Amino acid sequence: MERVTAIATAVRVPLTGNRRYVAAATFGVLGLINILLGLLAHAGDAAFTLSQPGSGIQIPTIRVPAAPVCFALGALSIGLGVLRASAELSRRDKRFTIAAVLLSFVVSLLCWADAGAIPLNVINIAQGTLSASIPLILGALAGCLCERSGVINIAIEGQLLFGAFAAAIVASAFGGLWVGLVAGSLAGGLVGVMLAVFAITFLMDQIILGVVLNVLALGMTDYLYDRLMAQNPNYNTGSTFSNIKIPLLGDIPVIGPILFDSTIFLYITYIAIIGIQVAMFHSRWGLRVRAVGEHPTAADTVGIRVLWTRYRNVILGGLVAGIGGAFLTIGSVGSFNPDISSGFGYIALAALIFGRWTPLGSLAAALLFGFCLELALVLPTVNPALPPPIMNMAPYVATIIAVAGLVGKVRAPRADGQPYIKA
Amino acid sequence: MTDMPAAVPEPRRPRARLTGAVIIQAVTQGSSAVITILAIFLALVVGGILIVFSDPVVTRAWSSFFAEPGYALGQTWDSVSFAYSQMFEGAILNPSTVSAAFHGGSIAAIFYPLSSTCAQATPLILTGLSVAIAFRAGLFNIGAAGQWVGGAVVATWLGFGVSLPPVIHIIVCVVGAFVGGAVIGWFVGLLKAKTGAHEVIVTIMLNYVMYDLLSYLLSHPAMLQEPGQTNQIAPFIANDANLGHVSGPPPQAGVGFLIAVAAALAAAWLLSRTTTGFQFRTVGASPSAARTAGINVERSWILVMLLAGGLAGLSASTVILGTNTQLTFNSYGTYGPDGITVALLGRAKPIGVVLAGLLFGALHVGGTYVEAATLGQVPADIVQVLEGLIVLFVAAPALIRAVFRLRATSGTGMEAVAKGWNG
Repeated sequence: MERVTAIATAVRVPLTGNRRYVAAATFGVLGLINILLGLLAHAGDAAFTLSQPGSGIQIPTIRVPAAPVCFALGALSIGLGVLRASAELSRRDKRFTIAAVLLSFVVSLLCWADAGAIPLNVINIAQGTLSASIPLILGALAGCLCERSGVINIAIEGQLLFGAFAAAIVASAFGGLWVGLVAGSLAGGLVGVMLAVFAITFLMDQIILGVVLNVLALGMTDYLYDRLMAQNPNYNTGSTFSNIKIPLLGDIPVIGPILFDSTIFLYITYIAIIGIQVAMFHSRWGLRVRAVGEHPTAADTVGIRVLWTRYRNVILGGLVAGIGGAFLTIGSVGSFNPDISSGFGYIALAALIFGRWTPLGSLAAALLFGFCLELALVLPTVNPALPPPIMNMAPYVATIIAVAGLVGKVRAPRADGQPYIKA
Repeated sequence: MTDMPAAVPEPRRPRARLTGAVIIQAVTQGSSAVITILAIFLALVVGGILIVFSDPVVTRAWSSFFAEPGYALGQTWDSVSFAYSQMFEGAILNPSTVSAAFHGGSIAAIFYPLSSTCAQATPLILTGLSVAIAFRAGLFNIGAAGQWVGGAVVATWLGFGVSLPPVIHIIVCVVGAFVGGAVIGWFVGLLKAKTGAHEVIVTIMLNYVMYDLLSYLLSHPAMLQEPGQTNQIAPFIANDANLGHVSGPPPQAGVGFLIAVAAALAAAWLLSRTTTGFQFRTVGASPSAARTAGINVERSWILVMLLAGGLAGLSASTVILGTNTQLTFNSYGTYGPDGITVALLGRAKPIGVVLAGLLFGALHVGGTYVEAATLGQVPADIVQVLEGLIVLFVAAPALIRAVFRLRATSGTGMEAVAKGWNG
């Protein structure tokens, strides 16, 4: 077992010296943007509502002066940047400063957008963020399962799309949402089977394979939509799961309606995150998976079945991504439309890389992306003066800044993408 | 090479004396050309199944298969062969135009399908080259779509906003499109070189940024919107900025096709005959080995992304200045994603990309034609499935060998087109 541990433990790449200063500079830039937002903000307060109308416990709306808050948060970010540049911080402190700077940026952005306008409902934004994040989280987890075992999964997009289609058509045709959920998962798993067979058995280049599976999933769902759904609306009824409110937990002010009053998909996502994180890093199973992804030859030598491990993980990943796809139809909008996944799979892939191939890291990245997507929807309704395209751009620009300034070079599992041929 | 042990002689290739023997050997051992042809054949067979499912006459015939098997098979053959022959007539050669030419019809009509194919292939070849050249340096450029938009915006602005003498205007617009795309690509390379930000994340994010930027520019008359328009549409480009026709007006091929072929030849020359190209390929094979050999890896990344972006920008110029003459929000179509499949099918080699682009162009033209010829019964969507299947089978020579019982030889040239995340 010790040998496996040695194989699986990632060799930490020493960060180059200038990483510290790049991060510090990024903090400074974000701080300056905060101050700029303060200068550009309209006069007046920004208001945030923390409770739903009609819920049991009402929390008074929070009002803050927009510009001064932006200035204060900007100063805080710059201060943290100076701190980061002047001292080598511990790993935990670094993460803490990154979180603080990102949060400052988010709050400044909200203050700027809402200054002098109608109050923003924080709970709605949080709910929207979670619901935009669910397919991203499940997609990234699918990628994590695959890539930790050494198979690159670019086919997340295709798995989401096929899952979404299968869930919609099966739920409509058989009138059962749960059947649809299972069908969506199995459809994602089917794409996973194709990925596994071609990548592991036929040794096909995995990047090509992923792109091709996405093309095929798009072509097939377009074709089947034309043939079946467009001609017969009974195959695309658009029914959705209703919310399940967890007793007691769901009544907690603020976090209750956000975290514990949602469709089954959110609870499945919780289980998937915790399950995969624990299994991958705190179990014999995960140790073996990581060993296969880092050094398959060594893993094989100590008696781990490399190809079987990869097959199992790739298909398991497909099943998880398929659930994410099912969410796109029977969990949110109901009916299927061509290309409904619209790039979510690629964003999930970005979240996986951004999150350094860990479930919790991917979760954080997916939530960031989900928040940005939600913000782009909400802000133009609050403040019509903001041009929607520019608001839509913000999340992607923020991601580029974060990836370039804070994350930098990432290291994938060593054997990721390399087929294993037993000597 | 000099320290190779002398005891291992270079395996001597059997010199075939007869062309027939060469062909037989190629077929039985499965050379890459044979694999490609068989892959296309297999894709057409699988695509035929979709055509059969689209035809209610055939599906009814199959439901009484055990009563009249001959009828079902006959109907199937009729349906599939009709669809594929229509596709051929639409994309390559329509025999009726040949016989018409003998009876006083126009000779140009014979070449109309081929010319349309070249026109459809033009932007695909250029985005394919963009992806291919980045592949050769070990980078995965998912951002051809965003770079395309960059080129399109510059070409449009120079096309209608600037007055210049005729030929100079065209040159300025084309160069401008190249620069517009190149700037976007350069930025990706710069971030990768300076901060280690992964090009997959950055290019995906930049695609969304560029779509939003395009949407913004096209909704303000002060920017690129046609005055008095409510739709997202730019003014027509000036007549003297219009790329000329070669054989006839769109949908026939124009000067853009010549640009695409010239770009492919230039890329082939760059990759195989210049120091820079050698450096690209070395970096693509192994960045660490390249660095040890004294190659400036970062410079190669920046330069190759700049060129990749420029090629995607050129693709935009052939559309905006050639076929569409007007930029709309939907102009970018699927040129970026199609570029990935074209590059993969062309094995990241410029000449291969031209051939792959022509094949996909023919499929697009043929798909539209067959949809019209069958009154929508065979949807053009099946073309996308065909494209995916072709790339899938070409990239999995082991599968083709297994299906057609070919003897295995080592290597078919598909290796090391794309690389894993760690480069």
